[in-house]
Amino acid sequence: MTDTDWRARLLSDTPASRRQARLGQAYRGWLQFQRNRLALLGLGIVLALVLLAALAPLVAPHDPYAQNLARRLLAPSATHWLGTDEFGRDVLSRLLYGARITLMIVVLVALIAAPIGLIVGTASGYLGGAVDAVLMRITDIFLAFPSLILALAFVAALGPGIENAIIAIALTSWPPYARIARAETLTIRNSDYIAVARIQGASTPRILFGHVMPLCTSSLIVRVTLDMAGIILTAAGLGFLGLGAQPPMAEWGAMVSSGRRYILDQWWVATIPGLAIFIVSLGFNLLGDGLRDVLDPRKS
Amino acid sequence: MIALPGLRAAREAAQLSVQLGITLLGLLAVTFFIGRVVPIDPVLAVVGDQAPRDVYEAVRIELGLDRPVWVQFGLYVQKILSGDFGTSLVTNRAVAEDIIRVFPATLELATLATFIGVLLGVPMGIAGAVWQDRWPDQLVRVLGLVGYSVPIFWLGIIGLLVFYGILGWVAGPGRLGVFFEDVVPTITGVILIDAAIAGEWEVFWNAVSHVVLPSAVLGYFSVAYIARMTRSFMLDQLAQEYVVTARAKGLSEARIIWVHALRNVAVPLITVVALSYARLLEGAVLTETVFAWPGLGRYLTTALLAADMNAVLGSTIVVGAVFVGLNMISDVLYRLMDPRAR
Repeated sequence: MTDTDWRARLLSDTPASRRQARLGQAYRGWLQFQRNRLALLGLGIVLALVLLAALAPLVAPHDPYAQNLARRLLAPSATHWLGTDEFGRDVLSRLLYGARITLMIVVLVALIAAPIGLIVGTASGYLGGAVDAVLMRITDIFLAFPSLILALAFVAALGPGIENAIIAIALTSWPPYARIARAETLTIRNSDYIAVARIQGASTPRILFGHVMPLCTSSLIVRVTLDMAGIILTAAGLGFLGLGAQPPMAEWGAMVSSGRRYILDQWWVATIPGLAIFIVSLGFNLLGDGLRDVLDPRKS
Repeated sequence: MIALPGLRAAREAAQLSVQLGITLLGLLAVTFFIGRVVPIDPVLAVVGDQAPRDVYEAVRIELGLDRPVWVQFGLYVQKILSGDFGTSLVTNRAVAEDIIRVFPATLELATLATFIGVLLGVPMGIAGAVWQDRWPDQLVRVLGLVGYSVPIFWLGIIGLLVFYGILGWVAGPGRLGVFFEDVVPTITGVILIDAAIAGEWEVFWNAVSHVVLPSAVLGYFSVAYIARMTRSFMLDQLAQEYVVTARAKGLSEARIIWVHALRNVAVPLITVVALSYARLLEGAVLTETVFAWPGLGRYLTTALLAADMNAVLGSTIVVGAVFVGLNMISDVLYRLMDPRAR
């Protein structure tokens, strides 16, 4: 098949199979997405993060945990491209390993918070009545707290550490997802195909999981991507305060915090991990904006 | 402003206060949950794991842990409402007293940051809307994007490095220089005001040089948010028919924007400013740590690191209540100012 052939097949207005229709839809989305240069930049940053995190042991020039007090606080040079920290550890290697931690936090928080929000929101919107009232009140109460403060309080009770930081951030970030899922559910709960499914005798969970939730996912994906920057910033903030990842873990926020003492003389120790946090959350923000334009044209 | 018919106003006020009451009760339920349910054994958290059996039992009963959970919650609400947040492990004082002492410093920071946000953000947002897709608009966009992506603690550190370390334009961390501590009597707790009242201008200018950088860092986030929202409100207004009419009448563009459109932008903007003020309280936690600023945020983090739960939950309740209160105030103002919302 030639180049133009498959393009014509993908863009066909009369797809022959469900698969062709789906692929065609995705291709149209991609065509629209790639016209947005900033969104492509965001995608590039996120892909680079994933790649560097996956290949960290191969690309890192030094052991991120090997201390060498004779070579502490060295300025950037040919052997240590980004210098060394207060224990003589290579900053670049720690940065690369830190990408793994950042990625892990983001993915785990999304995997915990998005399903909670999806289930609460769709159940609330579909069932209505008392269930809706109670669930939405609970959601409102969680929204009434500033999320960092609430996460701090959870970490205080659970104890510092990266797992608890992830749980705390997830517990504070589901309410917006519940709101979005509920709003989407309300617009589709009275549509004909749901009525058909109900008449055919489908159970409520079957309707929720099989027919309602899939339609809520695209707006949820957009929101989760846009939130990733916020999640990274909150996690880095917890790390900076000493409540997230514990030493000697190469977490970026904690690296900024420990490098802070040397800021006036050895600026690279604190500024470089902070720059990494900035670039990565910028990447997620750009990607999220681009995805929103493609998947959710109403809100752009 | 037209007076609402008495009955409707009363009903709305009642509805709002019920809503406020439920939200605040929910807030207490969350902190209660965090304080009593999440720790594996709250008694151990108080007495430590070396305590003899009878001490353990005494504390268990004193904490009311032998009673049903809902009774415990009732007692907890009663205690909090009477202003009893318990005693701080770190300072050995009542948490409520501590919070009253540290809160003015946070208030000072957040208020100055909001001033910066409104004074710079509103004109920038208007410029962005008026010159849409030209450089002022791009500037607002970049500012917003950076504001959503940059870690505030890092920005603070960079600020210290550049303006304190390299340029030496501002004073370093802290609220006052060592020589100026305890010179002026505490009246409001806000040093700028206290120094002005006492007429100690040297103290005043020292305080200014300390507050400039943290409030600018915090204010940046306010500017980014307010400019972005002002721009979108202004764009909505400029597309309205009354603007076309005003132009057709031959009014100057400046008059249309600053007199006609801005008045309509001001209403939703109140909500935005209140929200940004509330968000600054959150940003203050990290900013205060960077700048060693003795406010509520720093009190909270110090308590966190010392596992001082009374102080942590007390601060959480206060920040949450202020957050809820600001939301409520902006809601009420919105209703009062926008006749369509009545």
